[in-house]
Amino acid sequence: MEPPLLTIPSALIFFVFASLIFSSTPSPQELQIVNAERRIDLSSHIVRVFLTLKVENTGTSPASEVLLAFPPTQFEHLALVKAAAAVGKRKKKSYTPLTVKSSELIDAPNGAKFFSVLLLNQLNAGETVTLEILYALTHSLEPFPEEISQSEPQLVYFRDSAIILSPYHIKEQTTFIKTPSTKVESYTVVEPTNRANTELKYGQYNDRAPYSYSPIIIHFENNHPFAVVEELLREVEISHWGSIQITEHYKLVHAGARHRGVFSRVEYQSRPSISGVSSFKHLLARLPPRVHSVYYRDGIGNISSSHLRIDSKKSELEIEPRYPLFGGWKSTFVIGYGLPLQDFVFEAPDGSRYLNFSFGCPILETIVDKLTIKVVLPEGSKDPNAAVPFAVDQHMETKYSYLDVVGRPVVVLEKNNVVPDHITPFQVYYKFHPVFMLAEPLMLITAFFLLFVTCVAYLHIDLSIQKS
Amino acid sequence: MAEMENAKGSTLRYACGNVLSFFILILIGVLAFSIRLFSVIKYESVIHEFDPYFNYRVTQFLTKNGIYDFWNWFDDRTWYPLGRVIGGTVYPGLTLTAGSLWWLLNSLNIPLSVETVCVFTAPIFSAYAAWATYLLTKEVKGTGAGLTAAVLLAMVPSYISRSVAGSYDNEAVAIFALIFTFYLYIKTLNTGSLFYATLNALAYFYMVCSWGGYTFIINLIPMHVLLCIVTGRYSSRLYIAYAPLVVLGTLLAALVPVVGFNAVMTSEHFASFLVFIILHVVALVYYIKGILSPKMFKVAVTLVVAVGVVVCCAMMAVLVALVASSPTKGWSGRSLSLLDPTYASKYIPIIASVSEHQPPTWPSYFMDINVLAFLVPAGIISCFLPLSDASSFVVLYIVTSVYFSGVMVRLMLVLAPAACIMSGIALSEAFSVFTRSIKFQMPKLLDDSDPVPGDIASANSVVQSNQAKVEKHSAVDKSEGTLKERPQKKSKKKEKEPLEKASIKSQIEKKLLVLPLESSVLAILLLVLLGAFYVVHCVWAAAEAYSAPSIVLTSHNHDGLHVFDDFREAYAWLSHNTEVDDKVASWWDYGYQTTAMANRTVIVDNNTWNNTHIATVGTAMSSPEKAAWEIFNSLDVKYVLVVFGGLVGYPSDDINKFLWMVRIGGGVFPHIKEPDYLRDGQYRIDSQATPTMLNCLMYKLSYYRFVETDGKGFDRVRRTEIGKKYFKLSHFEEVFTTHHWMVRIYKLKPPKNRIRGKTKKSKSSPKTSASKKDDRVKKNPWR
Repeated sequence: MEPPLLTIPSALIFFVFASLIFSSTPSPQELQIVNAERRIDLSSHIVRVFLTLKVENTGTSPASEVLLAFPPTQFEHLALVKAAAAVGKRKKKSYTPLTVKSSELIDAPNGAKFFSVLLLNQLNAGETVTLEILYALTHSLEPFPEEISQSEPQLVYFRDSAIILSPYHIKEQTTFIKTPSTKVESYTVVEPTNRANTELKYGQYNDRAPYSYSPIIIHFENNHPFAVVEELLREVEISHWGSIQITEHYKLVHAGARHRGVFSRVEYQSRPSISGVSSFKHLLARLPPRVHSVYYRDGIGNISSSHLRIDSKKSELEIEPRYPLFGGWKSTFVIGYGLPLQDFVFEAPDGSRYLNFSFGCPILETIVDKLTIKVVLPEGSKDPNAAVPFAVDQHMETKYSYLDVVGRPVVVLEKNNVVPDHITPFQVYYKFHPVFMLAEPLMLITAFFLLFVTCVAYLHIDLSIQKS
Repeated sequence: MAEMENAKGSTLRYACGNVLSFFILILIGVLAFSIRLFSVIKYESVIHEFDPYFNYRVTQFLTKNGIYDFWNWFDDRTWYPLGRVIGGTVYPGLTLTAGSLWWLLNSLNIPLSVETVCVFTAPIFSAYAAWATYLLTKEVKGTGAGLTAAVLLAMVPSYISRSVAGSYDNEAVAIFALIFTFYLYIKTLNTGSLFYATLNALAYFYMVCSWGGYTFIINLIPMHVLLCIVTGRYSSRLYIAYAPLVVLGTLLAALVPVVGFNAVMTSEHFASFLVFIILHVVALVYYIKGILSPKMFKVAVTLVVAVGVVVCCAMMAVLVALVASSPTKGWSGRSLSLLDPTYASKYIPIIASVSEHQPPTWPSYFMDINVLAFLVPAGIISCFLPLSDASSFVVLYIVTSVYFSGVMVRLMLVLAPAACIMSGIALSEAFSVFTRSIKFQMPKLLDDSDPVPGDIASANSVVQSNQAKVEKHSAVDKSEGTLKERPQKKSKKKEKEPLEKASIKSQIEKKLLVLPLESSVLAILLLVLLGAFYVVHCVWAAAEAYSAPSIVLTSHNHDGLHVFDDFREAYAWLSHNTEVDDKVASWWDYGYQTTAMANRTVIVDNNTWNNTHIATVGTAMSSPEKAAWEIFNSLDVKYVLVVFGGLVGYPSDDINKFLWMVRIGGGVFPHIKEPDYLRDGQYRIDSQATPTMLNCLMYKLSYYRFVETDGKGFDRVRRTEIGKKYFKLSHFEEVFTTHHWMVRIYKLKPPKNRIRGKTKKSKSSPKTSASKKDDRVKKNPWR
């Protein structure tokens, strides 16, 4: 088998060139942040942080990138960093996405990790630019108490810094933290701190030196379903006879506070408002429109509790695991469905074909610890390669199914720590000649023909030694 | 056609008949397969009931680890702490069949799961069974009877009940093996061919691999041989049919680990060896008779008889003494309960507690074989006209199987093929008589000059006006005219001319048996009606009565279908949310399902090989909480699973099975006494129930906090309010209850430190608390 051809995202190439040209990147001190506003959303179990930075170049040489710093504990849980440059003012504002890549700084204190945002245009001395940054953290809400009984709500800790960690000097900064409810047990006060309704406000803080850090801890109630898919295997099998078959294997776990002791069905059924508030029994999966032959089962048969709603724009599959999931409980299941081929496989101008499918987990608001997507191309496909908008591990496999002789090429894409923001389309390009579609029917025809010929021959041959 | 040469025409008819019966057979196979798919269509493609789950699990192991590991498999997930040697205690036929089917499909790159293969094994083999029935009946009474019998067998409810898609049990394969073995025996008996005799031994081997019911074969065939000898029908064909079967069959049977030396040691096989000896003696006698003059022969007979009787008496005495020395007379419990129907209920409550081991009721005959019950006597009569070796065999088969089915409802399954064969013969004979009557009288009515083609045309026209099913019979009858005499002739394919002559002769003979035209038409119509009734009943039975997988229950009410999927809910919960090595105790009914679906170690399961172990669980269930906790704790049990139907009205729950737990437990541990659980001989759980009943573990686990559901604690199965409504559990805690409360899982509380502290205290001041201690001892007699 020939080694798989992988595309290197063009941005990477660009960066390599860029770093060659601007070999002397400006030292961090030459930039400063005029105004920073951070909004942390704690309402689900995925922590989303929106950061608005107004960066000014106070140095002499033009700058081409802006660094973002993260404490090492956060860096481990970082699922996604997106950045955009805001152009225009107020209502005419438009955002242009920017490339973000992991970066190293040799003299970083306390093992801080960095991402660098590559600016579209160089930031000349004295100019300012406004950056909008979104990053998502997973597994960052730590349940405390770690074990709760059926009737208790789920309380979690969130740890961060009141002051934005940054390699730059920050003139003004404010942090807003949104909690899912008003039930906040405690929070660290770093003056000035205000709490109003479901919002905590830290700041405004002025003129903080680079790498300032002021740890805060917020203890609050969060009964959002902590649905974590430990492993998700999505298998997309393309058949040029007109359909795409998708099989998704889930290993689901409730990652919140562990359930302790008794599970009483009578309490769960009679007092749903106070019993098992952190548990969940429904999940909603958003499937593509025109989905057909949906099934939902596990190792021991169908799970008979699911509803499918199909309309022209989307299909929604409401699934219920066999039992309500309390903290620490696990469940496994398989969802499978078919899709019409013409919605997802297209012909590229150069004659090759490509599959355009969405990355990520179709179940809403879930974290996927390990996502594997296998795209099974039809037998006889050549030169497969995948184009994914972010870094993933790729390799090739061969799968044998339904009378295959040479096997089907499989493009395997693997990514850890996937959040719903990763649901973006990706493409798999391959070359396929339609004549291969006929291989298997012809094989069957030949086999049956030979069978009949043998029967005819057998009936006409007299094998007896002695003629009677 | 009229212009054609007579011989040529008959060849064509012969060929047409063959092709037609070939297609009919294919259709029968399709019918047999598809009538069993109701369970998949109405429910889902899933393994049914209890034993199939074990077979499924074994098959999974086989496909995963290969055949050698399978033979050596020691299963530590069951019968904790004893374990079970699966490879040596399981009939491997079914598993190996499905395993090799799966292997074949996968080597062709057809990715079917093991489960799918297992689900569809039974329907596939019922198609084979229908074809085997055709072959067997054809050997007995010709093609027509064969096809009729095959159609009947393809949809006989009794067999459907054991072979719907998903019912992955030994019987599914074994019935095919049983019929096929009988066919090969009859074939050998008719042809005297050693080739078929060898095949027969192999088929017998397959049967031994598949089912414990093989003892039926190894007793029935000797009985038939004996019958043949006694009625003076000894021939070299009989010898060829029997002697190789016993020798080869026994050797092959001994290869199956579960049978092993039982093939020669147990009384079930004794008859075959006895008849084997008798057959040889008879063969010797015939041989000597052939070489000696009649006078010398007489002398020899007196000599041999005198010596022989003495030797035989001595041998018999030794044998009887040997057999009598074993307590069960060398018979296994199940065989004994067959010979003596009251045996099980007297001595082995475990066998008696299984509902399929009860004697059947009359309605169950009607349910399971329907109109066949009325057709069987007619079939027996026609088997006597004339009585051949083959037809005497099927008569013997039906007689014995009727007896066995009367003892155990489960053995109705053995009766079903016999009934189908008999009814097939009866129907086919009746049809041939009636159509022949019509055939010979139609020309007179129509004033047709040419009798031969007119016959066919008229027979066709009459029959085609009836239903499609009859068409088969008429087609069969056409070919039957030529094929009729074949089996009795034991001739090979090529003899067509003598056959033709014979058929003309027989036509002349048959002319004597002509019935009036009107009554034959009427009779045919009535027979068709009877057949239609049978078909309707079978389809109903397949669709409604026997398609439920029993792990998923459904009910229809005003707002549509309601699904009760509680069993799988509980098993899935166990499998995902308990430790891999946790032990789960439940009544043995749920053992196989727990190991297969939840993958957890169980204490007892449906294999029921160790009575004491089951009795221990029974005792625990019928003891008060603390004593039960101690029993379970000593068995390392972590979870206790009970099935409770009181909330939704599921009648086969543990409370209804509870008396068997008491009986089986009491059989080994005498402190459990059945009368303690009965109030005036009545089993009740309401306020009139005995205190022992209301305090036993099963009651408590079933009804714990049940009263909070409706405020009264009304049990919908027993249709009464429960006796003790508010109580707390001290040694168990509820860890899971399914949506409809059908399965409740409790965890054993860990032993408390507090207890040790208390005893320390009491030890520290033994003198002062001596009286208190005595009190406690009295309160807890189980300590």
